[in-house]
Amino acid sequence: MREYNSLSEVQHDLQNGAITLPAIVDHYINRIKNEAHLNAFIEVFDQEARSEALKIAKKLEEGKAGRLAGMVVGLKDIICYKDHGIAVGSRILQNYKSIYSATVVERLIAEDAIIIGRTNCDEFAMGGSNENSYFGHVKNFADNSKVPGGSSGGSAVAVQAGLCLACLGTDTGGSVRQPAAFCGVVGLKPTYGRVSRHGVVAYASSFDQVGPITKSVEDAALLMEIIAGPDEYDSTASKSKVPPYFSELNNSTGKKHIAYLSETLSNGGIDAEVKSMALAAIKRLQDEGHTVEPVSFQLLDYVVPTYYIITMAEASSNLARYDGIHFGYRSKTAPTLEATYKKSRSEGFGAEVKRRIMLGTFVLSAGYYDAYYGKAQKVRRLIREKTDEILKKYDFILLPTTPTPAFGIGEKVDDPVTMYLADIFTVQASLGGFPAISLPVGNNTAGLPLGLQFIGKRFGESDLMAFSKKFMDLLEQDSVKSPAKGNIVV
Amino acid sequence: MKVSSTSLHKYELVVGLEVHAQLSTKSKIFSSDSASFGAEPNHHISPVSLGLPGTLPKVNQKVVEYAVKMGLATNCSINAINRFDRKNYFYADLPKGYQITQDEAPICIQGYLKIKLKNQEEKVIRINRIHMEEDAGKSLHDKDAKYSLIDLNRAGVPLIEIVSEPDLRSAEEAAAFLASIRQLVRYLEICDGNMEEGSLRCDANISVRLRGAESYGNRCEVKNLNSLKSIQKAINYEFKRQVEELEAGRNIEQNTLNFDAATGVTSVLRSKEMAYDYRYFPEPDIPPLHLTEEWIKELKAQLPELPETRIQRYMTDYSLSEYDAGVLTTEKAVADFFEEIIKYTSNYKASTNWLIGTVQSFLNEHNKSISELPITAKSIADIISLIDEGVISNSAATQQLFPALLNNLDKDMMQIVKDLNLMIDADTDVMGKCIEDVISQYPEKVIEYNNGKKAVLGLFMGEVMRLTKGKIDPKVANGKIIKKLESLK
Repeated sequence: MREYNSLSEVQHDLQNGAITLPAIVDHYINRIKNEAHLNAFIEVFDQEARSEALKIAKKLEEGKAGRLAGMVVGLKDIICYKDHGIAVGSRILQNYKSIYSATVVERLIAEDAIIIGRTNCDEFAMGGSNENSYFGHVKNFADNSKVPGGSSGGSAVAVQAGLCLACLGTDTGGSVRQPAAFCGVVGLKPTYGRVSRHGVVAYASSFDQVGPITKSVEDAALLMEIIAGPDEYDSTASKSKVPPYFSELNNSTGKKHIAYLSETLSNGGIDAEVKSMALAAIKRLQDEGHTVEPVSFQLLDYVVPTYYIITMAEASSNLARYDGIHFGYRSKTAPTLEATYKKSRSEGFGAEVKRRIMLGTFVLSAGYYDAYYGKAQKVRRLIREKTDEILKKYDFILLPTTPTPAFGIGEKVDDPVTMYLADIFTVQASLGGFPAISLPVGNNTAGLPLGLQFIGKRFGESDLMAFSKKFMDLLEQDSVKSPAKGNIVV
Repeated sequence: MKVSSTSLHKYELVVGLEVHAQLSTKSKIFSSDSASFGAEPNHHISPVSLGLPGTLPKVNQKVVEYAVKMGLATNCSINAINRFDRKNYFYADLPKGYQITQDEAPICIQGYLKIKLKNQEEKVIRINRIHMEEDAGKSLHDKDAKYSLIDLNRAGVPLIEIVSEPDLRSAEEAAAFLASIRQLVRYLEICDGNMEEGSLRCDANISVRLRGAESYGNRCEVKNLNSLKSIQKAINYEFKRQVEELEAGRNIEQNTLNFDAATGVTSVLRSKEMAYDYRYFPEPDIPPLHLTEEWIKELKAQLPELPETRIQRYMTDYSLSEYDAGVLTTEKAVADFFEEIIKYTSNYKASTNWLIGTVQSFLNEHNKSISELPITAKSIADIISLIDEGVISNSAATQQLFPALLNNLDKDMMQIVKDLNLMIDADTDVMGKCIEDVISQYPEKVIEYNNGKKAVLGLFMGEVMRLTKGKIDPKVANGKIIKKLESLK
């Protein structure tokens, strides 16, 4: 089977009979088996995917198939799917099955997507390397000694390695965009409230968003069109109408005003090749006639601490329900109620989760609340206002998705602060609830993918994706004209 | 207790109440499961009330409506922007590990409630706040030998918490405040006010201070006060205990106490050092709720007539005494029944007497509420009309007709009157004969009467009624007896 980059390619081949849906599913199942060492999937729903393929193939024949017919999707192990296991990468939910489906899953299925399995992730989406999963770490397909990023690491690798066509991940502080960048795929974090969180296990409720991880911007747009929108089960889901993102992909016309944050490129922690990639992108856009200007964003040093204080606070509360009483892991050796809490949680949670619960509990404690949580909320508002101000003047903000390419497995596991600081370019959009996309713009000299990020206006996904497509088309044209130029880094 | 009454008198009691009222909405506060009481354990549940991973709360608008109504009825300001907060603590019947409540921005603030004391004095008690929150489930420790069991039917049932200022100065005032809250929630039909089933629960913050002191003493919070009696007992007990502590030169420890209704004694549940740090923070799953002025106005217009207004109206329109009006309006259902009766009779006083006398005794005796009275308001009005028209006597009506009606619900009232032969005898000869007999039977009483002891009239009247089986018009009989006695002078 040829490697497909978008659903429209798949549907084209299905239509002209070049391939059948069962064959596509078999292909992916075999790929998952052959690449099992990547550890991208926690569970593969192979039987079910095969029987769905037959059903949908029949629908296709009858011309009754949904818009996602032909799309084989992986779900990050944080999204509930009725009667299927969901562990959120944790021992505490190792044998837990969901009795209901997330809204996004229902919407995928209603359009005849095939869910092929659940993908590995950092425990409770806490991590940027997928090394915090109870089910083992995930390897980057581009270089097996490197991390895939996280927390949606398994999802990004699954798309990168062609184990499925797309995945739904979740992004709290970069968990879709950062692994997408490390794995050379497209990752979108929607505006906060654009996609329902019903059925998505909470890490930090005021940040969490489901986002597509795909090979192409057009698949991201199509998936967004299907999964976004109001939901009676999520009061934080916006009631505003969902634009037809897919058909609006070609609407990006005219010259854009784009800001880049000077502090991001002068940041001491930025990798030289990442920096030159960003500069090359700026140049290329300017060549096209777009205005790309530096703006100052002096709050950059505050984004990571602000993000961690608030997310940990929310997490400490969100994860209180895993107490060994109602569901999930219960320690067998606990004689009392209190011991049940202590032992079940000590044995059930991994180190990073425990660290965040403890820090989150601390920042909400009497006597520390004002100094930490209260202050962080104020800074969050400033970051949001400052970003809004920039986006009033500019269409997009451009910045690298990550300060470095994928780092080595095990390299940062003992240094959580360095690990947290690696989120410096992704958390700004998260703190303000802005949509942001990471685009695969090429590889560095070592062959590791690099990601370029655009932040858009709130609920400006349509413009953001249309412009992203235009930019990716531009890179594509460049590579056709001069193959060496296809890699923007060069 | 060793403390003397003089030292008790040196101190003033200070009490503030926190009243939890379970709202009688159809569904729970954040999910669509039934909020009704009495189902099989764990039958009124859903992924949301179980706190399953990935579930989110959705505010039931009825809860907001009920809370606003209570706020309006207690003269509170209504907050236009409402936020919810999380109160974090672990307990086996708290599925999410936190309770969704309102901390920073409660829906109602700064109101007041007038209470009436036994000496008919009125007192204004300020209300600090009313907020919305979810109830927890129930832990059952005595159903199984080996395990504690959890019933989550109650988890997520809506509550409002009404917090008073520390304005209460006696156990009586506290009980009157709580009774007043119960009366209001019933008038508003937002809570059944049933303390036994726990629909209305109360915690009391109790402290004492030297009379004339400006600052408050250290307070203790007493939990589990589940009846008006318990509240008074607990407050009186705590008052004495705290005074005794202070008189003995000790401090009042700011503890959370439990009250044992059986022994009437409080004991320490949690010391100050062990007090929970609830780590309140804004609930990120619920966006701020904006209440419009129009909606609040609409709810205000929907408020039923409240007891205070009703009492005034009964006094003005029906010339009832304040006491009668107060008794009639204690329960909304009784007052409503009264208004139903007076649709058919304009004898307001007789309607009142019937309702708070004969009918109420019947209900008390059978432990029934007014809604369970098997006969209609119109029947009561018909009885009153029969008396007013002189067809039957009041005593025949209360003692014979009313019980007979209750026993023969499908029988026509006039038929019963006829069957029991209750009609006042128009035959004055029979009455005259009886009067003659009775008077001749008690010559010494006649002398007493003639010597000015008019009270003996009652004895003659009673005897005449007995002999005629009540089938006479008492007014006529009374006149005749007096006439006869006067003629004997």
